[in-house]
Amino acid sequence: MTVKGDEPIVGEKLATSLMVNGNLYNVDVDSRTSLLDFLRETLGLTGTKKGCDHGQCGACTIHINGQRTLSCLTFVAMHDGDEITTIEGLATGDELHPVQAAFLEHDGYQCGYCTPGQLMSAAAMLDEPWGPDDADVAEAMSGNICRCGAYQRIVAAIQAVRQAKAIS
Amino acid sequence: MTRAASLDDALRAAASSQYCAGGTTLIDLMRQDVMRPERVVAINRLPLTSIDTTADGGLRIGALATNSDVAHHERVRADYRVLSEAILSGATTQIRNMATTGGNLLQRTRCIYFRDPHSACNKREPGSGCPAIAGYNRNLAVLGTSEHCIASNPSDQNVALMALGAAIDVRSVAVTRTIPIDQFYRLPGETPEIETVLEPGELIVGVTLPPMRGWRSHYLKLRDRQSYEFALASAAVAVRLDGSTLADVRIALGGVGTIPWRTPAAEAALRGATVSRDAFRAAAEIALRDARPQSENGFKIELAKRCLTQALIEVTA
Repeated sequence: MTVKGDEPIVGEKLATSLMVNGNLYNVDVDSRTSLLDFLRETLGLTGTKKGCDHGQCGACTIHINGQRTLSCLTFVAMHDGDEITTIEGLATGDELHPVQAAFLEHDGYQCGYCTPGQLMSAAAMLDEPWGPDDADVAEAMSGNICRCGAYQRIVAAIQAVRQAKAIS
Repeated sequence: MTRAASLDDALRAAASSQYCAGGTTLIDLMRQDVMRPERVVAINRLPLTSIDTTADGGLRIGALATNSDVAHHERVRADYRVLSEAILSGATTQIRNMATTGGNLLQRTRCIYFRDPHSACNKREPGSGCPAIAGYNRNLAVLGTSEHCIASNPSDQNVALMALGAAIDVRSVAVTRTIPIDQFYRLPGETPEIETVLEPGELIVGVTLPPMRGWRSHYLKLRDRQSYEFALASAAVAVRLDGSTLADVRIALGGVGTIPWRTPAAEAALRGATVSRDAFRAAAEIALRDARPQSENGFKIELAKRCLTQALIEVTA
């Protein structure tokens, strides 16, 4: 129920065109809508999680134009023309991305809430300039918090993918 | 929110507007009801992202170059190592991919009272008081404080830029000016809500670094947690060595000041000195001699001295 004088404040709508997981969307969005809320509430892509909504936990990590970013700390209307990949777009059809397969193999999760963000970060860090050691992976992944504490298995999964990539 | 299509478009925005570049500070603080801009002007599409060598061999960094772009830039890594190290010691890759050079210059404090709209805070609500002085102040400043505010500047980037003697290029509809970084920040004094000398409507468009031929530089950051944590104390140091003599030296401290803290007296004491731990420790004593501890953060004074001493040992090794 809306009490008089307490109507929700509506922001202005901005025409925004963006590619999400290979699909083009032309939408008029409330200028104050976060990219995270747009993905979850408007597109129904609920794989991207809202943990803290503060930029502290990493659960909302997605790729924008190939770079990992936090979807909670940006407005969707600032991404006109951008290409966005979420966890729903990480696999190719039924073929898992190598980090997804490695997380399964190494049991890189417990409750799974942080896992989409972990996977999006892990997939991006494969192409970033990090050193070879476990400590380098820990540093690279420090923006993704796992409150179950699956860190050692997450590091093992990522190192398995990196080593396979280095051999191939 | 409106989206600026050009620099002129952005500059014409009303002075009551808040520019939004990477959003990592502003959107967080808007959601927490700490910052309440009437209007937001998104400037993330403006062509201010390039990093170019200047005519004299310095470096011009566009205000919208991301922290990642700067930290990994070949010339920054080679000639301005302190800046690369400082940026990579802060936040996370996801945030560094979003946060911009100009936005980081205006990063707000992590003081918990500033970030809690239910608390008093002279920075957020001028005149409401400073509960940090008698409250939780373990992570706050020991240098540059006033009886109205003891909030620490949280940035790593800005400490490095202070040591490098960066210049900040600013535009508004009427004015184009360059502000040396050591004149950019304002001490809290009686007006902690005013943090820089920027006027309403002014926009940072770039940062220029002087040539640093013959210098080496380094950033050392000490914190409670190994990664993704703000500094308790940090030191940005740049030295020009002539054998074992310090021909020139520049020092700035982070985590301990209300602004990124340049230390001219410590620099003067080291200029012409021979490299030695004793000389470095003596300079560190000078750098912290005006420090005033609060109830919980006195440890920072000794920590900062050790941090600076160690940073100078490492950069001259």
